[in-house]
Amino acid sequence: MKKGITLYLHVHQPWRIRDYSVFDTASRHEYFDDESESERNNRLVFEKVAEKSYRPMNRVLQQLLDTQPEFKFSLSITGTFIEQAMAYAPDVLDDFKRLVASGRVEIVGETYNHSLAFFYSRLEFERQVALHRDLIRSTFGVETTSFRNTELAYNDELARWADESGYKTILAEGWDPILEWRSPNNVYRPARTESVRLLTKNYRLSDDIAFRFGNKAWQDWPLSTDKYMHWLDASLEHGEIINLFMDYETFGEHQWEDTGIFDFFQQLVNDWSSRDDRAFYTVTETAESFEPVGELSMPHTVTWADNERDLTAWLGNSMQQEALRYLYGLENDIVRSGDLKLIADWRNLQTSDHVYYMCTKWFNDGDVHAYFSPYDSPYDAFLYFMNALRDVRYRLMAYHSSSLGGF
Amino acid sequence: MNILMLGWELPPHNSGGLGVACFHMSKALALAGSSIDFVLPYSAHHPGAEFMRIHAATHLEPLHRNGMGAYDSAGEIVDALHRKPGEGLSTIRDVQARYVDFVDDLVQTKQPDAIHAHDWLTIEAGIRAKEITGAPLIVHVHATEFDRAGEHYGNPLVHEIEEQGLLMADRIIAVSNITKGLIVHRYGIPAEKVEVVHNAFDASLIEPHNYDTATYRYLEFLKSEGYTVAATITRFTVQKGLTHMMKAAARACERYDKLVFLFAGDGEQRDELLRMSADLGISDKVFFTGFIRGQRWRDAYTVADIFVMSSVSEPFGLTALEAAHHDNALIISKQSGVGEVLSSIFRYDFWDTDRLADQLIAVATSPALKSELTNNVKREYARLSWDDVAAKCLEMYHAIVRDKAAAR
Repeated sequence: MKKGITLYLHVHQPWRIRDYSVFDTASRHEYFDDESESERNNRLVFEKVAEKSYRPMNRVLQQLLDTQPEFKFSLSITGTFIEQAMAYAPDVLDDFKRLVASGRVEIVGETYNHSLAFFYSRLEFERQVALHRDLIRSTFGVETTSFRNTELAYNDELARWADESGYKTILAEGWDPILEWRSPNNVYRPARTESVRLLTKNYRLSDDIAFRFGNKAWQDWPLSTDKYMHWLDASLEHGEIINLFMDYETFGEHQWEDTGIFDFFQQLVNDWSSRDDRAFYTVTETAESFEPVGELSMPHTVTWADNERDLTAWLGNSMQQEALRYLYGLENDIVRSGDLKLIADWRNLQTSDHVYYMCTKWFNDGDVHAYFSPYDSPYDAFLYFMNALRDVRYRLMAYHSSSLGGF
Repeated sequence: MNILMLGWELPPHNSGGLGVACFHMSKALALAGSSIDFVLPYSAHHPGAEFMRIHAATHLEPLHRNGMGAYDSAGEIVDALHRKPGEGLSTIRDVQARYVDFVDDLVQTKQPDAIHAHDWLTIEAGIRAKEITGAPLIVHVHATEFDRAGEHYGNPLVHEIEEQGLLMADRIIAVSNITKGLIVHRYGIPAEKVEVVHNAFDASLIEPHNYDTATYRYLEFLKSEGYTVAATITRFTVQKGLTHMMKAAARACERYDKLVFLFAGDGEQRDELLRMSADLGISDKVFFTGFIRGQRWRDAYTVADIFVMSSVSEPFGLTALEAAHHDNALIISKQSGVGEVLSSIFRYDFWDTDRLADQLIAVATSPALKSELTNNVKREYARLSWDDVAAKCLEMYHAIVRDKAAAR
């Protein structure tokens, strides 16, 4: 098999909560409909990102699929993204459908709501995965055979679940303390699994594009395609595939067009395609094309975030822990209410971005810009979330009047 | 009697109880036949204050909007930079200097019989007016820098101004024994120079209020499920002791879970309080409103069952009486002056979180206790009258004038 690149792009937008006050609680049951000029206005944000990233990048990807028959990649697209695309920019969704229709774009499975449900409720997690699978089938007409958990949050238990659920491959961060002497450029077999394969992100080469590309203070700025290809080749001296995993919004949103990111990407794909000894693979193809070089165990959860690569950006402080404890505490009553709108709102509150906005880690290292949030402070994010959650409880009372724990 | 009244705020442009007290006291004095010139540091319309002449020392808008209010912590006030183009009034010290100049001009043509200065903000102007006119100076202490700074020391410059004013004053009015104690012990003023005149409360002056059950609909819903709402309606500053109250809330919830807490207001401690509620595991029982005014502010008193005044140092605390008027049971820290004029209340030391928790549960679980407290406290505040406050002030003015004449 030719050595190659497994390019995987993550597409997501959360339903941001409006400035939902105690005065809205129990009287106004819409949480995600901010109409102001703020960063909480989901429509404005979506339209902005569509213009800067989704439309131009989809044009680039379509053009590359049309001209380079060997070009392939994978996407994960959340349910909350598809809902917003349908509401705010149907043309963007049509572009994605066209890409997938090429037969060379794999869609990776995940939770519909981009949630951390795996760590709170296995049952709810499986429901969301099924909802996502159904949505991908009805939207794109394809089946998901690979899995990525929200924020690439991975541990051995998740791998065993994926194995038992019949997934062929699962994605995780290629974090040095876990890999130790091993390379992220190989396929692994997760600990105590039968047939599922593990692909680990090559974070250095991924982050060169996703985080560093436009940084003028970076010693390797500006990054040319030649230089980057040289790095890829050097890295491939060990292993067989380079897993480039990143947010789709890297292209045009995190790295603006004027950094030259689109041209860089286009040229990279063209140059890589022109080589006889190199290839592109989708994530499932990679798993099927290469034998695992060994077993890999991650007993503790590893994510693709921060220097710590753990869940502390989402669950690190007491506000975040409380918010999710209350949220998941409602599960049984919510689900048995049978109220589809209520269940959908509750699930949209599970989107990990909400607790991420409550993160106070940057208070410690003073890096205010490390965490993007549409709110003025983590405390505001917490306040609006809790008020919305109380309203969910209030709506729930209509179904089970006195049997609820808490209130 | 001509009274030169030196104040910093009046309703509706007030940030707290100082403006309310000044208004009612002046009105009662005017009704008793006094002629009042009231100097303010800003320019604005004050409906219903036609009983006196209001003088604006500057063209500024009401100051509390610019962080120069009567109750802002002094460290911030003195450095506050909100430059108005052309005015040259960028800090509270600039405004005070202009205020002194204005009073200086005013007394050139108008001889007062008494000068009544409220708090450190107007003390320098009071001293100047006394120097020029020889009229007696009464310094009325609604709060000292020790109160505003909570458990900290406060701003030394403000302490110095306060001390100077207390020394120069012919008589001093303290709004409570707590305040008198501070003046005597921390500023070294002889006790006989200080008279305690508690603030009053006239329920008939409170505008009739139409409660809107929709404002706090969720809390109303919880109440219908048997929950008790304990509220604090205040600025979130160290002075108010709210972190102690939050700890007590958590303690109370350990024993009795049908309690919720309304933290109405805003301030520098908000984030800390939010964080605390989560750390203590009670964030679903604590409601934060942010800064509220008008209907929402008034409705907060009505939706509450228990009003907690948790202050570390509160010279008086008029809001407790408003809460009582809205049928709240009162739990007041022993460090709050308003507790001196009421008996049908629970009192506790601001740091005694277990005791507060106990009292909260007691009221929440006993309808009888709650109705006793709320009904009896109404009879107590009904005895407090601004006319009595005015009468005490007049008596004091006359006594000083008499003494001065005798000394001559």
